[in-house]
Amino acid sequence: MRYLVSLALLLALLWLGISGVYKPLLFLLGGTSVLFVVWMSRRMDVVGVEHNPVLYSWRLPIYWGWLVWEIVKANVAVARAALWPDRHLRPQVVRVPVRLATPVAKVTYANSITLTPGTVTLLLEPDFIEAHALLESTARDLESGEMERRIAWLENRP
Amino acid sequence: MVETVLFWLSAACLLTGGAFGVLGGIGLIRFPDFYSRLHAAGITDTLCALLIIVGLLIQAGLALISIKLLLILLFLLFTAPTASHALARAAMVDRSPPEVTGDPVPGEPSSKS
Repeated sequence: MRYLVSLALLLALLWLGISGVYKPLLFLLGGTSVLFVVWMSRRMDVVGVEHNPVLYSWRLPIYWGWLVWEIVKANVAVARAALWPDRHLRPQVVRVPVRLATPVAKVTYANSITLTPGTVTLLLEPDFIEAHALLESTARDLESGEMERRIAWLENRP
Repeated sequence: MVETVLFWLSAACLLTGGAFGVLGGIGLIRFPDFYSRLHAAGITDTLCALLIIVGLLIQAGLALISIKLLLILLFLLFTAPTASHALARAAMVDRSPPEVTGDPVPGEPSSKS
């Protein structure tokens, strides 16, 4: 029931944020769509299945901020490599251990690696990740395990 | 005064975003193999899109359209790595292993962390 209410609220907020035309008829249509989607999701048994409490944690914006900063740094490095490939390119395959427990944390890790330019996740196994790194610096950054520690901190909610 | 600053700030964001898009394109052409090209596409997926959307957000100010721009950014940042990973997996399944350079070129410091 909690999930149904939060899903309905989220959908309603989304609708209000996107619509921009606030007339009684459209409110009625929007409300109907929200109810319909909630009903369908319940029928499909997908409500709350992948529910992740991290979504409502204050730690998420902090992690995103850190990730964006990492992305900016990695972008500058890869852009430099695009201009002088001979000097910077050092393509390599890196294997790093994964100690995160939950599937959501692992997927967050793999996705964050891919999102950062200079590293792409090739393989996600229960206890390790194989990634392709473009530059020496991005490979070292990945091997340092900093990102994994951040995600562990993100998941480890009080 | 504030408006002028905001205008130039947004112009700077849009221009650097565009420049990174071009750099991503250059990398896409110049990098040696499929996997390294994925990284070049990663530039356009992340910083280029990020800067352009931030620039547009400054232009839009606090309006309903900024919610849409933020949603675009959010969805982009969630789907882009999924697509990259799917491409990389497809290449692995197709048994084309990545080209790997062995030892570092002399004269270049090997660790820059």
